[in-house]
Amino acid sequence: MPTDLAVFIQDRAREHGGDRTRLLDVVRAVQEAFGHVSSEAMDLVAQALSVRRVEVEGVVSYYAFLSREPKGQVVIRLSDCPSCRIHGMEAVGAAFEEALGIRFGGTTPDGRITLEHTPCIGLCDQGPAALVNEVPITRLTPGKAREVSRLLVAGRTPWDLAPKARDTADPVARVHALVDSNIRKEGLVVFAPMPPGQAVRKALAGTPEAVIEEVKASRLCGRGGAGFPAGLKWEFARKAPGDAKYVICNADEGEPGTFKDRVILTENPDLVFEGMTLAAYAIGAAEGIVYLRAEYEYLRAHLEAVLARRRTEGLLGRAVAGRAGFDFDIRIQVGAGAYICGEESALIESAEGKRGVPRNRPPFPVTVGYLDKPTSVNNVETFCCAARVVDTGASCFSCVGSIRSTGTKLLSVSGDVARPGIYEVQFGQSIREFLEMVGGEDAIAVQVGGPSGTCIGPAEFERHIAFEDLATGGSMMVFGPGRDMVQVAAWFMDFFVHESCGWCTPCRVGNVLIRERVQRILAGRGVPADVAYLETLCTTVKKMSRCGLGQTSPNPVVFGLKNFRPAWEAHLGPDDGLNPAFDMDAALADAVRIAGREPVHP
Amino acid sequence: MDKPKIATASLAGCFGCHMSLLDIDERILKLIELVDFDKSPIDDLKTFTGRCRVGLVEGGCANQENVEVLRDFRKHCDVLVALGDCATMGGLPAMRNGIPLRECLEEAYRDGLTVHNPSGTIPNDPEIPLLLDKVRPLSDVVKVDVFLPGCPPPADAIWEAVTALLEGRAPNLTYDQLKYD
Ligand SMILES: Cc1cc2nc3c(=O)[nH]c(=O)nc-3n(C[C@H](O)[C@H](O)[C@H](O)COP(=O)(O)O)c2cc1C
Ligand code: SF4
Ligand code: SF4
Repeated sequence: MPTDLAVFIQDRAREHGGDRTRLLDVVRAVQEAFGHVSSEAMDLVAQALSVRRVEVEGVVSYYAFLSREPKGQVVIRLSDCPSCRIHGMEAVGAAFEEALGIRFGGTTPDGRITLEHTPCIGLCDQGPAALVNEVPITRLTPGKAREVSRLLVAGRTPWDLAPKARDTADPVARVHALVDSNIRKEGLVVFAPMPPGQAVRKALAGTPEAVIEEVKASRLCGRGGAGFPAGLKWEFARKAPGDAKYVICNADEGEPGTFKDRVILTENPDLVFEGMTLAAYAIGAAEGIVYLRAEYEYLRAHLEAVLARRRTEGLLGRAVAGRAGFDFDIRIQVGAGAYICGEESALIESAEGKRGVPRNRPPFPVTVGYLDKPTSVNNVETFCCAARVVDTGASCFSCVGSIRSTGTKLLSVSGDVARPGIYEVQFGQSIREFLEMVGGEDAIAVQVGGPSGTCIGPAEFERHIAFEDLATGGSMMVFGPGRDMVQVAAWFMDFFVHESCGWCTPCRVGNVLIRERVQRILAGRGVPADVAYLETLCTTVKKMSRCGLGQTSPNPVVFGLKNFRPAWEAHLGPDDGLNPAFDMDAALADAVRIAGREPVHP
Repeated sequence: MDKPKIATASLAGCFGCHMSLLDIDERILKLIELVDFDKSPIDDLKTFTGRCRVGLVEGGCANQENVEVLRDFRKHCDVLVALGDCATMGGLPAMRNGIPLRECLEEAYRDGLTVHNPSGTIPNDPEIPLLLDKVRPLSDVVKVDVFLPGCPPPADAIWEAVTALLEGRAPNLTYDQLKYD
């Protein structure tokens, strides 16, 4: 641990030129070095970056990976994603608690090891999984959890838990030694090879407008979830007035069950940077940012190495690919553990070193984005598709898929399937074909697009994966026979309650109320009226929330009640007017203890 | 044909809502033409004699007996009315909800400034119903059909509500009957 906090903070601030927008980097460094950002540290950061103390405290209190109270030098974050849960995460959690002698949320008495839950960390196909500081540990069993605990208690470092990765110098080999990419099906867009620079050179041979026209002609829609046409977005950003423009790659990948961006960044980062570079050419940007979720910190060295190589190849930096006047470089901004930072305007706020809360829209980022300049935010996969479009031509790209959904889509498949992992498929695949492909024919439910997406049962398995039917950012969770869909909905509501940014009441409060009522039903204390209450409440939250999170967070309940009604009704008690949610024995427990006598039951 | 029956109870309330019921003045004569009183402090009937059309319950649930009386009302009444703010939301008694039960008892029986209790004992006769950890509004415990706000609701509001419910229609309360400032 560095000895002098003040010197440490001044050094970090100096590295970033005292730039206020790098606040997140500075406090992240403090957190990493000192295990927390103390009150004193917040004052020093405020001074060093010339911001008000409250802004620093606002940031530190906002993000899950920052804390004002001391945490252990080692923080174990066990993913509590449903995919991990159905593969035995709870037994793993119990083993950690037992072996470390602490409960979740606690720190060992010597202050060295902290144990926490964390939402999905994008290792759903090899769960249960945990992050030990930045080191991912996959395929956990109770035995493995005890072994990890034993090593950590004995003073070993997180990297000692993955000796093969620790002893590997090559950055990409190191990532491979930590996690499996698990690519089950390669398609022609994302996982096909392309020599670095090929698409960029093709783009530079024409005008920026020609690049935009090509991407528009391909009918490429954004792969991050909302499906906005990429060419149109670039055109807006190009036409918007501004002395500087930015390209941002959204690698926040927080939707539970999504891990395809992790695999793209591991296996084909060149294609992503290729896409970012031609986007920069198209819109007229000189700077690009990859916003990488904190959970993927272990990818950073690998990505930095690829960026460095591209600089030496002349594909980044001054006069990209020899084109005088086209300067472009990319930096990596690591987040700090907040799902909402995947929402593009919240992402921009976060990249500016603030609390990652969504902005009011309009104005949209294409006109007022990063540092209030026109900005195109695109998903990792979208950049890959765009690079392929420019390389092979729009017609080659759009000849696969459906009329409205062109090209291929990466699916991150997890849950009750024989073959979890990554699949690059053509749009238009039916859910039945999908289930045959992944070995999940006996599924009772498929969660398409994560909890904020759609959950369907067998009656709808003839529907298709496409923007015009079942849209997905990539998350495909399969639930097999015997899974309780009410339990699944309750888990997803935990996620949204945890991840609501708290700005607006319908989302901040509404999701808590929804969760409370779902848990009541799950505990067998629900009545039919609770279902009606939930339906009204879900509508209110969806209609009244300020951003996409709250507008979709009730979906697990909405689709549950629509498509899995019998499962919900099976939990309900009779409608006799007596509210089973009231537990008299629990309500009397205090009095029994105080009075020292049992209640008299009539 | 038998007259419809009405039942009333005061749980964790101050009887103020019942006083307001009596404030219907001479209309009480009309009321007993319309209905028979079943279990109620008004006729001092302790147990239900049969099914009731309307049950008026004042006060929330502060102890086990309140819960049992309320459940009995729910079982016997077609329409259950939460009469007044205590019944609707817990009201004044619910002010203790933020304080642990033991502290409430100690303050009330031992430590309070106006308490004279040299032995320091806290009453604990088996006849005394045990207190709930928190005071609950009626709707936490049973399904409530009609909420009549006010502390207490004005007599005219009670009259309108009761006569409407006996006629099988929704009460039509004027702005004045729902305005309390
Ligand atoms: C709560 C929320 C979380 C989101 N998370 C992500 C994410 O992790 N990755 C992503 O690419 N887009 C995410 N989005 C969508 C982005 O706001 C944005 O639409 C997308 O990055 C645009 O890229 P595209 O046009 O290439 O799809 C999220 C949106 C919301 C409302
Ligand atoms: S909907 Fe939720 S996440 Fe979005 S602004 Fe409101 S509170 Fe924040
Ligand atoms: S609502 Fe008011 S009048 Fe009625 S019981 Fe409660 S305190 Fe008394």
